Amino acid sequence: MSKAGPVDPSEWVDRYGDYLFRYAMLRLRDRSRAEDLVQETFLAALKERNSFSGDSSEGTWLVAILKHKIVDHFRRQSREVSLPDGGLPDSPGDEPFDANGHWTAGPAEWGGNPADLFRQKKFLEQLTKCLNALSPNLANAFTLREIDGADTKEICKVLRVTETNLWVILHRARARLRECLETHWLGRSPEEES
Amino acid sequence: MLPCKDATQLISQSMDTSLPIVKRIRLRLHIRICEWCARYERQLLLIRKTLRRLDAAGDRPEGRAGETLSEDARERIKKSLRNP
Repeated sequence: MSKAGPVDPSEWVDRYGDYLFRYAMLRLRDRSRAEDLVQETFLAALKERNSFSGDSSEGTWLVAILKHKIVDHFRRQSREVSLPDGGLPDSPGDEPFDANGHWTAGPAEWGGNPADLFRQKKFLEQLTKCLNALSPNLANAFTLREIDGADTKEICKVLRVTETNLWVILHRARARLRECLETHWLGRSPEEES
Repeated sequence: MLPCKDATQLISQSMDTSLPIVKRIRLRLHIRICEWCARYERQLLLIRKTLRRLDAAGDRPEGRAGETLSEDARERIKKSLRNP
């Protein structure tokens, strides 16, 4: 994001629209929802234009507004989850461990160069699918923690769960996501992917 | 020895909080001798790192190309800004 001075609101969409959209898409994985929140962000920014201090770049300011909107969305979603404790039914049978807690099938070695993962379009596509396969509370907790690096206490407030429950939620989200990625993409070597 | 099932829980927890010293030592000892759990931890950290790099690439035109506002959305948003 260039640290250019404020631009006229009519130019906001062309200058910042795609950036804000990508920010929202990575967190929401829903095109129309992401577009709606980008629109709401610009409208809120228009209303509060006078409060923009100029201490940060305009892009940073807009992202901060969008971030609030996304967290609000997560908060609303957590209220819709009908199960108590953030929706944590027991999940017997879907864990890769035997009765003694040993791996039945350990994690596979991931092929290719892991450092290049983020450049691979397919990784993002598969990640999106795997995150969408999780319940909203698992996916939202994971997003706040792993992408935004939010503090666990902050996440607990947004999702209205205890810290102990959040650790369970994050553990399940990570375990399922890892397994999903391994099954559908990463476990295969790049040669098999063409 | 710590069962792998418990070790994976502690691996996840250690990514969110600082583990109490006894748990931390048990986990590190386990990971030193268990290649599967060591791999599990590497992969979770790689997923985290990859996500943060993806996010950071969002502000560059070449980063995550193709993910852009649709023309419809762009026009709709511009219109709403003209007539808020």
